[in-house]
Amino acid sequence: MDFRLSDDQRALRRGVRDLLDGRFGREALRAAVDREGRLDRKLWRELGDAGFFALRLPEDDGGAGLGLSEAALVFEEAGRALLPGPLVATHLAAGFVPGAADGTLIVTAVSELDCLVQHFDDAGTVVAFASDGTPHAVDASEAVAVRSLDPLTPLHRLPRPCAPEAPGQLPLGAAVLLTAAEQLGSAARSTEEAVRHAKGRVQFGRPIGGFQAVGHLCAEMLVRTEVARAAVYAAAVRGDLTEIAGAKLLADEAAVRGAKDCLQVFGGMGFTWESEVHLHLKRALLRARMWLTTAQAEEIQAQALASEF
Amino acid sequence: MDLAYTAAEEEFRARLRDWLADALPTLPPPPPAGDWPARRAYDSDWQRRLYDAGYGNVHRDASPTLRLIFLEETEKAGAPYVGANFVGLLHAGPTIAAEGTPEQRERWLGPILRGEAIWCQGFSEPEAGSDLASLRTKAVRDGDAYVVTGQKIWTSHAEVADWCELLVRTDPGAPRHRGITWLAMPMDAPGVTVRPLRTLAGSAEFAEVFLDEVRVPAANRVGEENDGWRVTMVTLSFERGTAFAGEVVACRRTLDEVAARARANGRWDDPVLRRGLGRLHAEFTALWRLVQWNVSEAAAIGGVPGTGGSVFKLRYSQARQELYDAAAEVLGPGALDLSVPWTRERLSSLSYTIAAGTSQIQRNILAERVLGLPKGR
Repeated sequence: MDFRLSDDQRALRRGVRDLLDGRFGREALRAAVDREGRLDRKLWRELGDAGFFALRLPEDDGGAGLGLSEAALVFEEAGRALLPGPLVATHLAAGFVPGAADGTLIVTAVSELDCLVQHFDDAGTVVAFASDGTPHAVDASEAVAVRSLDPLTPLHRLPRPCAPEAPGQLPLGAAVLLTAAEQLGSAARSTEEAVRHAKGRVQFGRPIGGFQAVGHLCAEMLVRTEVARAAVYAAAVRGDLTEIAGAKLLADEAAVRGAKDCLQVFGGMGFTWESEVHLHLKRALLRARMWLTTAQAEEIQAQALASEF
Repeated sequence: MDLAYTAAEEEFRARLRDWLADALPTLPPPPPAGDWPARRAYDSDWQRRLYDAGYGNVHRDASPTLRLIFLEETEKAGAPYVGANFVGLLHAGPTIAAEGTPEQRERWLGPILRGEAIWCQGFSEPEAGSDLASLRTKAVRDGDAYVVTGQKIWTSHAEVADWCELLVRTDPGAPRHRGITWLAMPMDAPGVTVRPLRTLAGSAEFAEVFLDEVRVPAANRVGEENDGWRVTMVTLSFERGTAFAGEVVACRRTLDEVAARARANGRWDDPVLRRGLGRLHAEFTALWRLVQWNVSEAAAIGGVPGTGGSVFKLRYSQARQELYDAAAEVLGPGALDLSVPWTRERLSSLSYTIAAGTSQIQRNILAERVLGLPKGR
């Protein structure tokens, strides 16, 4: 047993981080907010070229032949950078929907739970996923725009029943896991940003991070992030649905509470539109309802308890 | 990211399992709670059996991964906990192994490993808890001995211990961390008085130890005079590392039992309670993964668990308290009945956020050493 990242996995993570630092830094993030969440198609193609969507496809099919662990690391970086778009849906559609794998087509999905569709105006196709991961095309002709909580994620709503072709009884493991990985990246970023601010912001003649009330807030952010990290990585390695659901539960909490605590450390500046903090919080709240809710995850955990005994 | 155990690790597990299956049925019944001489005899007997089977020093000899397998399998099999041997095997022994002279290692390590000598820990004082370096028990050199006077507290198994790993102040004029010395004190020395300390759980697992001009031979000093702080810190991080790994396995089993009880008495139909138990399942699963993460890190850097131990300890101590709070919800009126084990465990769990470094101290450690924030106030 060696749970640490392998050299290849570390290199993959570094590569994705460098790519996103270069192509989706603070200015690009601002620009995306100013575009009200409309996607940068050129960037989407570049993500496709970098293997973002084809990562887990066999090499014979133009993929990288990697596994869920590697995909989790990539999506963690996407979460860190607040990269917008239906990344999970397009990743899952790769290999089924032509154009998804190389980034020429943006694929979005409807969630059965809320009948909500992300990035409807940019997406080339709307699908619903069956429990086995097969995408089915969905008639989205009656989509109605919703005022989205998250400035970087435009939302539309479809009339019910919104996914009759793909009545998924079980949540889709890979989708849940990759969303949890994005939450993990967001939680880690919020922790880093809070710590950075706490070191630099001086009040009462000293950096506020020197006050235990603030330092302990940051320490708890770290604890939630690292517990979620262990859960997400292990779930990715094992691919077990119960463990994936548990990972989502903990990663959702780490991301949402992390962003809230980060806001608290930033004080008034954290409450402004200008700051990045609200973008992490709003996306984390959105992801927490995507693919598996807290209530669903807790019920899956409870059922596992009942059946294990 | 590899969670699979190697063939050699699985072989270790299989051999241990076989041995436990043979050994455990031959154990005498565990001693009644509070009977410390019987507890000592029981724990010593178990340690002797481990020693004879080649597992006597598994906590130090084996790789972190094998040690984790040992903790997991012994807990799953319901084997006795390290108990009265905790300080000898996990604190004093490792300190002597790392810092003692060949004569000292020869003299003390064998008896610890064979279950013949029980050690206790004389670190904390009434005025030196979280701020351990402010300890005031003084030792004055007199010929070939130190004369020790002061008071220690929270000393587990003091009543039945043969030896005490004692921190004393030998240079009151030096900076706090520089005037401390590590001594091995025989508990039967004249001037040592042990007074049991009753906890809120009603048990007397701790004691106060009063020291009145106790003569400790200078040959019992491990490390140099005034170098005791460093000597101690070499092994102190051990406690926060993987020492609780077996308990995570135990908590998962308890959680299963709590869920089964809830299903039997109808409380399971309460979605708030049921989902709370579900959340705890996710917590303890993640804590086990975190242990595996920490063990992997420890194996890579050569055996000493790093600050991951603080992350684990903070979350585990909280989760354990939440587990027994949930058990109380399931018990209903049984939550007020001290003859119910979970009710007693609920009280005992309150020590977890205090012992081995309070949660507040753990957060300081993370804030300062991991996050690099300025020293807090």
